[in-house]
Amino acid sequence: MKQTKLIMGMPISVEIVGSEVDHKIFKEVFDYFRYVDGKYSTYKPDSEISLINAGLPKKSWSHEMKMILRMCEQTKRQTNGYFDIVRGGQRDPSGLVKGWAIQNAASILAKHGYRNFYIDAGGDIQVSGKNAKGKPWQVGIRNPFNRDEIIKKITLSTEGVATSGTYVRGQHIYNPLKPKEAIKDIVAITVIGPDIYNADRFATAAYAMGKKGIEFIEKLKDYEGYMINKDKTATMTSGFGGYVSRQT
Amino acid sequence: MKYNTRKFLLSGLVVLTFIAYSYQQRHDDESAKVVAPTSQATSSSVNPASTQSSNGSAASSGMHGMMSAAYKDGSYVGNAADAFYGYIQVKAVIQNGAITDVQFLQHPNDHSTSIEINNQAMPYLKQEAIKAQSSQVDIVSGATDTSYAFIESLKTALNKART
Repeated sequence: MKQTKLIMGMPISVEIVGSEVDHKIFKEVFDYFRYVDGKYSTYKPDSEISLINAGLPKKSWSHEMKMILRMCEQTKRQTNGYFDIVRGGQRDPSGLVKGWAIQNAASILAKHGYRNFYIDAGGDIQVSGKNAKGKPWQVGIRNPFNRDEIIKKITLSTEGVATSGTYVRGQHIYNPLKPKEAIKDIVAITVIGPDIYNADRFATAAYAMGKKGIEFIEKLKDYEGYMINKDKTATMTSGFGGYVSRQT
Repeated sequence: MKYNTRKFLLSGLVVLTFIAYSYQQRHDDESAKVVAPTSQATSSSVNPASTQSSNGSAASSGMHGMMSAAYKDGSYVGNAADAFYGYIQVKAVIQNGAITDVQFLQHPNDHSTSIEINNQAMPYLKQEAIKAQSSQVDIVSGATDTSYAFIESLKTALNKART
């Protein structure tokens, strides 16, 4: 059973394998994402993060917010400064919060006893167990040059996979986040890891590193990466091949 | 001496094999480029942009649908669409019934820091040309969120151009 909702400006899909799935579980998961959006969106003036950026004194910050900001600091250290949520004095932890929220949503499902499911929030995914056919999950990596196309298929059981990258149309390669700036040498990087929280934050940092991003992933134990370069070639970490699906 | 000759021959063989392999790989890649896009790929992923669009197709083919429609000349501003990392808002410029320019009025700032990357040589990691695969998958991973917002904003701009 699968449901999709548009939350945080992106499609969030939850599929739980099995016919006896309680509908209320979907609501619980989507409500959780709505809660996260309401608290961490810097584009909602009444969110806690917006109030903090507007000068809310530290003693009024929630326990969870302090934890998130500590996790951001830790990630910044682990990625040699490439993961940085502070810009112009304003904090924006959404780059970490997305993967963290998917991870927590997966824990909600696990807590209710579900073992076979996936949660996909705008292309960042946590899979668990097996698909409806009783096989490991088949995950495609989207072609950043042609979003109708899949350029790699990977087989996952209980793992997180996140892609960080840009958006390419026709002959024009540009970064929608900085349309006037020249693009880097890389277009996207997909990272597979034991869970989506870590896969996502490392994918974000690796993408910011440009060509060296794949080296960074190579150095991380238990993480594999597939980096798509501007010239339509891909560079992969040494263990990535172990995830590639055999063609059927 | 004899050992050295053998070593030389062996490494020569390795080099030749590699050349042959890379030639074959390159040949494969060239043929891979003409593979037609598969629409199933997107339908297996979730794409509300496509379900909301009257074209009922994937985002990029939805764009083609937008392009082919006749529009009144002028500039049309789309609604700001939430891209989670911020809002995206575009302005479409129509001349002679066709889109001639799409300008970003609003776009979120990049999340990443802009630290200079030093161009040190990378260790040897396997490389390949990207190649279309069959689309039999359960889920698709990709950077989709901002493109989704871009399409949403452009769609509203073009709806204004139609009326």
